[in-house]
Amino acid sequence: MQRLSDPCCPRCTHSPSTPCVKYVACRTEGPLCHDDPACRQSRERLRAAALRLTPQRPVVTVGTGTCGRGAGALKVLAAIRTWADTAGLDLDVEETGCIGLCTAEPLLDIQVPGRTRLFYGNVRENQVGRILDTVITRGEAAPRALGQLDVTGAEAWTGVAGLWEHPFFAPQNRRVLSRCGTTDPVSLDACLADGGWRGFSRAISDLTPAEILAEVESSGLRGRGGGGFPTGRKWRFAQNTPADQKYMICNADEGDPGAFMDRAVIEGDPFCVLEGLAIAAYAIGATEGIIYIRAEYPLAIERLSAALARLAECGLLGHNILDSGFSLSLRIKKGAGAFVCGEETALIHSIEGKRGMPRPRPPYPAVRGLFGKPTVINNVETLANVPAILRHGAGWFSSIGTPTSSGTKVFALSGKVARTGLVEVDMGTPIRTILEDIGGGVPHHKRFKAAQIGGPSGGCLGTQWLDCGVDYENLKKAGAMMGSGGLVILDEDTCMVDLAKFFMEFIQKESCGTCIPCREGSRRMLEILEAICRAPEAGDNFGTLERFRGVTHLEHLAGVIRTTSLCGLGQTAPNPVLSTLASFREEYEAHIYERRCPAGVCKDFIGFSIDAQKCTGCTICARKCPVGAIYGASKSPHYVVTDKCIRCGACRTACRFDAVIVK
Amino acid sequence: MNNADLIELVSQTPDGDPSQLISLLQKVQEASGFLSREAIEAIAGHLRLSPSAVYGVASFYNQFRFTAPGRLHLQVCRGTACHVKGSLDVLETLQRELKILPGQTSRDGAYSLETVACVGACSLAPVVVAGGEFHAGMDSEKTKNLLTSMEQVTECNA
Amino acid sequence: MPQIIVNGKSVHTDPHETLLEVLRREGIRIPTLCHWEGLPAVGACRLCVVELDGQVNLVPACATPAAEGMRVLTHSPRVVDARKTIIELILANHPDDCLYCPRKGSCELLRLANELGITERTYRGAKIHHPKDVSSPSLVRDPEKCILCGRCVRVCSQIQHVGAIDFTSRGATALVAPAFGDGLNISSCIHCGQCVMACPTGALTDARHIRRVTSALEDPSLTVVIQHAPSVSVTLGEYFGFAPGTDVDGLMVAALRRLGFKVVFDTSFTADLTVMEEAAELVDRIRNHGPLPMFTSCSPAWVKFVENFHPRWRENVSTCKSPQQMMGALIKNVWAGNNGVHPDRVFSVSVMPCTAKKAEARRPEMLTEGRFDVDAVLTTRELAELITMKGIDFSTLTPSLPDHPFGTRSSAGKLFGATGGVLEAALRTAFHMLTGQNPAAEPIHALRESEGIRELTLKIGDLELRVAAVSGLAAADRLLGEIEAGRMNPHLVEVMSCPGGCIAGGGQPYGHDATAVASRMQALYKVDRGSVLRFSHENQEILRLYREVLGEPLGETSHRLLHTGNGGHHVR
Repeated sequence: MQRLSDPCCPRCTHSPSTPCVKYVACRTEGPLCHDDPACRQSRERLRAAALRLTPQRPVVTVGTGTCGRGAGALKVLAAIRTWADTAGLDLDVEETGCIGLCTAEPLLDIQVPGRTRLFYGNVRENQVGRILDTVITRGEAAPRALGQLDVTGAEAWTGVAGLWEHPFFAPQNRRVLSRCGTTDPVSLDACLADGGWRGFSRAISDLTPAEILAEVESSGLRGRGGGGFPTGRKWRFAQNTPADQKYMICNADEGDPGAFMDRAVIEGDPFCVLEGLAIAAYAIGATEGIIYIRAEYPLAIERLSAALARLAECGLLGHNILDSGFSLSLRIKKGAGAFVCGEETALIHSIEGKRGMPRPRPPYPAVRGLFGKPTVINNVETLANVPAILRHGAGWFSSIGTPTSSGTKVFALSGKVARTGLVEVDMGTPIRTILEDIGGGVPHHKRFKAAQIGGPSGGCLGTQWLDCGVDYENLKKAGAMMGSGGLVILDEDTCMVDLAKFFMEFIQKESCGTCIPCREGSRRMLEILEAICRAPEAGDNFGTLERFRGVTHLEHLAGVIRTTSLCGLGQTAPNPVLSTLASFREEYEAHIYERRCPAGVCKDFIGFSIDAQKCTGCTICARKCPVGAIYGASKSPHYVVTDKCIRCGACRTACRFDAVIVK
Repeated sequence: MNNADLIELVSQTPDGDPSQLISLLQKVQEASGFLSREAIEAIAGHLRLSPSAVYGVASFYNQFRFTAPGRLHLQVCRGTACHVKGSLDVLETLQRELKILPGQTSRDGAYSLETVACVGACSLAPVVVAGGEFHAGMDSEKTKNLLTSMEQVTECNA
Repeated sequence: MPQIIVNGKSVHTDPHETLLEVLRREGIRIPTLCHWEGLPAVGACRLCVVELDGQVNLVPACATPAAEGMRVLTHSPRVVDARKTIIELILANHPDDCLYCPRKGSCELLRLANELGITERTYRGAKIHHPKDVSSPSLVRDPEKCILCGRCVRVCSQIQHVGAIDFTSRGATALVAPAFGDGLNISSCIHCGQCVMACPTGALTDARHIRRVTSALEDPSLTVVIQHAPSVSVTLGEYFGFAPGTDVDGLMVAALRRLGFKVVFDTSFTADLTVMEEAAELVDRIRNHGPLPMFTSCSPAWVKFVENFHPRWRENVSTCKSPQQMMGALIKNVWAGNNGVHPDRVFSVSVMPCTAKKAEARRPEMLTEGRFDVDAVLTTRELAELITMKGIDFSTLTPSLPDHPFGTRSSAGKLFGATGGVLEAALRTAFHMLTGQNPAAEPIHALRESEGIRELTLKIGDLELRVAAVSGLAAADRLLGEIEAGRMNPHLVEVMSCPGGCIAGGGQPYGHDATAVASRMQALYKVDRGSVLRFSHENQEILRLYREVLGEPLGETSHRLLHTGNGGHHVR
């Protein structure tokens, strides 16, 4: 089958061996190299096909990103194929990335020729037949559609709201995610037809590297991976360093627990990330690029490899790209799992095949980086923002956001929130909008306690920060940081001391072990937190004394770790403690002085019992109890044997009559 | 994996280039499930590094293991979202049921258990990855059911 | 010249200087635990942090280039508090058994804890426990005392190109160890002990032989004989208040007698003997087609290095035993018989600047008739400890001379203690062997450098003799590369495993710096300058030994006692 990226006829001479600077425009708007109405028509047809404007057959698309698969998307995919075989219907089945609404996975959309695309969420494989029967066979909208997505010139379904009007999507501004979940991630045609690689074409044909830098600098784009360093300035350092070889690295080693933006963006739109990478490489003068990606992301790696192969095939990567004289080879390097490799110098060591231990800076990587050469490292989302800046201009980019933080930010919304998923909002959007409008609030009528933002190096924002617009400066003011964009919602059932302990455990495990303050200090901080959460043994007065001594050291220790550690991981290692201590001091005090965990999480401080008045004897708690600590005859009140109870809380979660008492 | 296969696999990577170390370790682990002493020594020899340096690198990263995994390899996600939604209970259930700690393989070689920092599927929290397959929204009971449903996988095929 | 302001005072800096260099030059003491002269900064210990105007965080002086206009505070309350906290954190995970630690007198951590006024246990918590590794014949590794500064790792891999140990795991479980946490004995360790010299604490120490020696001295049925290596006499004095580079030969011999050693021999005598044998072997190899180049064999760590990493060069290593082993062989197999002592009743001890000598003495080819030629090896450090233990007031002793028949040495033999010295000594004798005349009296300055590869071409008669000397095994590795690439083609190569030679060996006093090593080297050259006996082949005791026992160099008896089997060193 002919593709948009293929030549239309022998007169079309664009190929990797005879590169042409107008390749992208020629393919998507052309042909420009020769004039022929037939060719023009065929191009238009291919372009429409790539955009799925005029499908000949019904198309069913399933979101098969990692979260979709985790929710059963592959089973749904198989069910669709089975249904088509059984019904004897000619059907196109496509896969796409994650549209962002992960709670609705598995997600599918159906496009009947001439109609808009109809989206359904939480589709079980046994529901596939019914939905397809209704929509495709009978031509009716099946009930409980998530929404419909406009297709130019297509007839809308009545009684179905627009997909983007869905409360989850309405407050969002999908720029980076514009193609995620709606287009085929490994189809270069779909990407080109949608305006992909035009930013790159403009960069190499119309702009000098200096002009690109100026454009990116004036857009105000800042690094989306953590510190928020101005991207253009970083590029300039590398551009200004003379060298025979420079490297451009895309950091896709998303190590923050609670973050999955990079994975979703690569799974959903790998071409966009690669386009940004190519533009950056051209701007700094790098001819080699590396995508450093977690080995835990096999699907992202697979789609990235497929995209790389397609780009090379079409001459958008490789030698003398589009006859610009610029050559670029890209390769994938799989990270082997170390949080500290998010630190630039550690990441470079890892690519060099060494232990991922950071080294002192200066020299900065932009001056002396990979193999001693100038190197720029940008994260996935940062690079995914670049093509649109080049395509639409810096003014377009900075027209939204706040004065110091322009553009949008993608968040991975998870935790105790009704709708979880990938969210892209303008910088400056209040957390309340993300939590309540997009996320649908905290479920089960629980009270919101805090939003944990920025991973282990970030912080916890309590209710007082709910109306704070999210941008780099405000988050810093609130004692947190943007980090890569993990946003975990916590409710009243989350113990903040326990959470601080969780992060400290993570940090001391992930510390590279090089510098003493981080390695030894984080360990002692963890021990102090553990002591706070541990019930005293009878008569252990020394232990009590030590616990209090520890508490008095906590803040001092945090200060030394922050100011003396070698790298960013170490310098932010005390953040989980400092930020929870700042906003939730009373919870710490309850643990320390009253030996009580207000959230009922710390197991040493809680006991489970069953309210005989409320218990109906339904036996579900006894069945759920993993250690058989609950006894009782059917239809009569149950009781918990305290000595056997491991305080896991399974009974509380299971009880439908609120009869389990935690004290 | 026998020695000849190992040598064959290792020799596909250009020799003497230490920057290939991590990808070579990944390749060998992918083929044999773990990194044996022989593998570490073969890789060290091939890249002209000392075995201690190779082991030093391998032991730095979470991905590498030095003992054979069980027939069913279970990974419990310990990301933030999974933690606040109770992944510790899931982990403790597995420890209790399988009588092994994270990083260990059960004596009959049926199961191995491991915690991972975050598998990046936070909206499915808590997540258990069993033999590469994601299982979403786990709790103690679902975990036990998972083990029961996987019994066929873990039975020795001898 | 750029200027910076240190504690309010303006200070000049040179281009490319780090803050640490500037501050130390200015006489300001900045503590460090991970810094190692000559290796790039890693910024791991964070003890050298200073306050920099305009920076929120403290910066490490070792890794911060001095830049115009910097305002530095080196001992502000914040800085001192941070340093103190860091030491307290180390101590929280350190076994508190300083009283039992072999490094108690020289521990850098203990010194810093003292300097920073640490008097109470601020942080308590679980300590990590690891077993001691006593598997190596030369070294003891005690991971619990390791503070992970990484100096040993860097010295082992970057200066010695061995990489026997490396960091393993990470975070709180990080550990410096061989692969799979194995013992050093099955690692690629070559026993050079440079890691011991680099270790700031007691995590790496030498395998102690003091008790073996004191037990032997207390056993009336044993005749305990001791030999002392050429370089020990110019370093031992540092333990007793003498300046580095003072030759305390006579006092040392007197101390050895006071300790109860029946007979004291000078290893420099067998250095002379090595010269005779090695020069003859070289002449033989040149005349009988190799294999060439011939590598010296007196540094056992180098021999092990060849075996471990360059086995194809094994045949090129001289078959001569090292001076220690030659002396050992002579004591038990010649001296014992001549003095009516059964060899089994002789306990042979050596004092060496070296940890590898402990391993060398245990090599299977170092047995003659089933007996170890050397029974115990003391390092310079251990000898100093023994002298102190026995209450000997070293500086007031009356100097004494070693015993005959192995006590006379030429100053050529003494030169063995410094890099290039073996070559210099051997060339004097080779010149004589080939021309029948002695060479001119000038020192060979081209060989008397401590760094890099030194090459020299000498015209001896009608032979153009190409020689090279190198110290430090990374440099030796480079030299082998040059030879393999055909860019160098020497006849004779001297390799000393430790940079600078035995005067900076792994068994020497802790904490030496480049200046101390240079003084020690000059001390050996001074001995040579002032000597009347400058040629090994003129040593009358050597000539007598050949006359009465050995016959001639490379003769049958020589082969049996002084050489390892044919075909190079035996490989384990």
